[in-house]
Amino acid sequence: MKFLHLTWSNLKRKKLRTALTLLSILVAFVLYGLLSAIKQALVGGVELAGQDRLVVRHKVSIIQLLPESYKARMERIPGVALASHQTWFGGIYQDPKNFFMQNPVVPQEFLQLHPEILLPEDQKKAWFQTRTGAIVGRKIAERFKWKIGDKVPIQTPIWPKADGGQTWDFDIVGIYDGKEKQTDTTWLLFHYDYFEEGRSYGKGQVGWYTIRIKDPSKAAEIARAVDDEFANSSAETKTEPEGAFVQGWAKQVGNIALMTASILGAVFFTILLVTGNTMSQSVRERTGELGVLKAIGFTNGQVLALVLLESCVLALLGGLLGLGLAWLLISRGDPTGGMLPLFFFPTQDVLLGVGISLALGLVTGIFPAWQAMRLRVAEALRRI
Amino acid sequence: MSGPINWFSQIISVTKFGLLSVPQRRGSVAAALFGVAGVVAVLVGVLSIAAGFRRAMAASGSPDSAIVLRSGADSEMVSGLGRDNTRVIAEAPGLARTAEGPLASAELFVIINLPKRTTGTDANVPLRGVEQPAFKVREELKIIDGRPFEWGKNEVIVGQGAAREFAGLQVGGKIPVGRYEWPVVGIFSARGASAESEIWTDARVLQQAYNRGDSFQSVYAKLTSPAAFQQFADALTTDPRLNVKVIRQPDFYAEQSTAMTKLITTLGVLVASLMAIGAVFGALNTMYSSVSARTREIATLRALGFGRGAVVVSVMLESIALALVGGAVGAALAYWAFNGFQTATMNWQSFSQITFAFAVTPQLLIQGMVWAVLIGLVGGLFPAIRAARLPIAAALREL
Repeated sequence: MKFLHLTWSNLKRKKLRTALTLLSILVAFVLYGLLSAIKQALVGGVELAGQDRLVVRHKVSIIQLLPESYKARMERIPGVALASHQTWFGGIYQDPKNFFMQNPVVPQEFLQLHPEILLPEDQKKAWFQTRTGAIVGRKIAERFKWKIGDKVPIQTPIWPKADGGQTWDFDIVGIYDGKEKQTDTTWLLFHYDYFEEGRSYGKGQVGWYTIRIKDPSKAAEIARAVDDEFANSSAETKTEPEGAFVQGWAKQVGNIALMTASILGAVFFTILLVTGNTMSQSVRERTGELGVLKAIGFTNGQVLALVLLESCVLALLGGLLGLGLAWLLISRGDPTGGMLPLFFFPTQDVLLGVGISLALGLVTGIFPAWQAMRLRVAEALRRI
Repeated sequence: MSGPINWFSQIISVTKFGLLSVPQRRGSVAAALFGVAGVVAVLVGVLSIAAGFRRAMAASGSPDSAIVLRSGADSEMVSGLGRDNTRVIAEAPGLARTAEGPLASAELFVIINLPKRTTGTDANVPLRGVEQPAFKVREELKIIDGRPFEWGKNEVIVGQGAAREFAGLQVGGKIPVGRYEWPVVGIFSARGASAESEIWTDARVLQQAYNRGDSFQSVYAKLTSPAAFQQFADALTTDPRLNVKVIRQPDFYAEQSTAMTKLITTLGVLVASLMAIGAVFGALNTMYSSVSARTREIATLRALGFGRGAVVVSVMLESIALALVGGAVGAALAYWAFNGFQTATMNWQSFSQITFAFAVTPQLLIQGMVWAVLIGLVGGLFPAIRAARLPIAAALREL
């Protein structure tokens, strides 16, 4: 600890250089933070997926519908606690660019299946009782400034009404919050009964099922049992754990993890060069002083530690400031305006960031520190 | 003294002097170079994804072709047209005709789950049912392997993009549609257009397989000329029997690619800007050390009568030259690593996969170099000012 003062003076020696290096480290970590948030937004749904939930869809593709009558047959399969369906509504609010998800569901069953959706009791009751009632997530409500009691018209090109109209009206009766940070609060959920009665075709057909199983360790077995149940029917199914289902979507977008990692790799490599160069430059300039320190009795280990400490302090300082700034920027919300509903800075990535900054300090410092340690007193002093 | 000429020769000699000292500052120069190279490579690399995506979309559809959807639908996936509608559309004025009939193909657009070759996980692959005029409406379509499918048979042909990305899509392969397996009998190319991501079959066969009755989702039409579009569109939109919208094909595809390209471009520019800030600091560091290493030399030159302006310009020139070299390295790296890289992603508008190749276009390379110059400019400015402001006497005393 007593060396910290020495380190600090060394960093202050060339204030401009220190500041510039600090800033480039800071920028790298701001970038790191933003990319973590973006990656989280694109693939984060996976962590949220219920361990005890399976998704059942049509075997050929998800756009093909399944009969509503499958529910009873699924619930008869041993190990299945509850089955409930959803359907892709594909609605448009005001402008096609305002993309968000709306699904007709059976409210009681939906809430039972999704304990991560938090809705106050009175709003729950109101939803159950209002046929045209819909609940919306906090984020989407804030985005469109919706309040409880609002009437929201939504157009859907997919589901024309029996009377030929394309506009469906919903009464906002509740606003839900997510139990976890990862919970998507950009959905609009409404009564299946209202949907079933109003639509002009496809009656008795639903999009996909979510089922809750009693024992998560039997997921594979039950998935097979469900698919066997509907084998050789006109609508065969494909059942998979919710996590795999969500991951499937992320994989369809492309290999996001790899893309983020390669960009970050390029960034850190660049920063490594800049910082490493600064460190070795400053050590080179101080050859004489280091020689003096050794002459007055500093051990090799102490000199090594001194230089390493300097690079680590620099890297940690830049890293922490960068992570902090990234956190500030991220908490201002999704920069694309709605395309990334789950935009936040995951805690484990913050910790990883701190780790990386420490590693950066060690890697950039080790070479100059090694050089300083190996310095021979006589030679170093001669250079003064 | 012949003013300007003298000034230029001063600049040249100071710049030369700076550049000749580069080998002595290898480490710091290399760090700055890599910094700029990194920025340019990332910028060009990320934007080449957007450019490639846009190019695949732009290659789809010529100006004399149009697509008809149900009004209110912004993609084929959510559109729907009955046989009675498509028959009316095929009679519209402005449509090109041959001896076999009007060049209008009523089509069905669905998706089918097939595993990606790279990950083995399911992806939504577009499966299109077409009518006979389809091959005349899209003249760019060419069978490059195998043969066309036979009308009325459960056979498919596959775009070369889809064939590359998804398992089982080679001549002789089979795709599972419901309880049956349909053989793949041919592979086609379409000049890089989005059709290359698709699987094609006879619309009537597909209607039965997907229980679609006698309905379609879109009509692809070839017009007599690009100018005939207005007449064609007016005739259809004013027809009381129809409730449709008519879009030129290039506009339709451009619209489909906007959301995706906007997302990628926003993210790409954001990432590159942040990196550029880092690179500017790297360049500043380098140029400051370049100036401070030459304090005495610069002061000597100034004492000999070299002007401040010449010193400023030459320091900036040195910085820009270094940035340009870094930028060129980055651009070359991006071109080598990304140009033509084949991939597939989700097109959310059509809810299905589209295959495309990253495109490092000349515009992107120029854009990358412009960024490099800007980084060099900013990175050189402050050190240049410091060099020019050096108090001559004090600097010389350091001797």
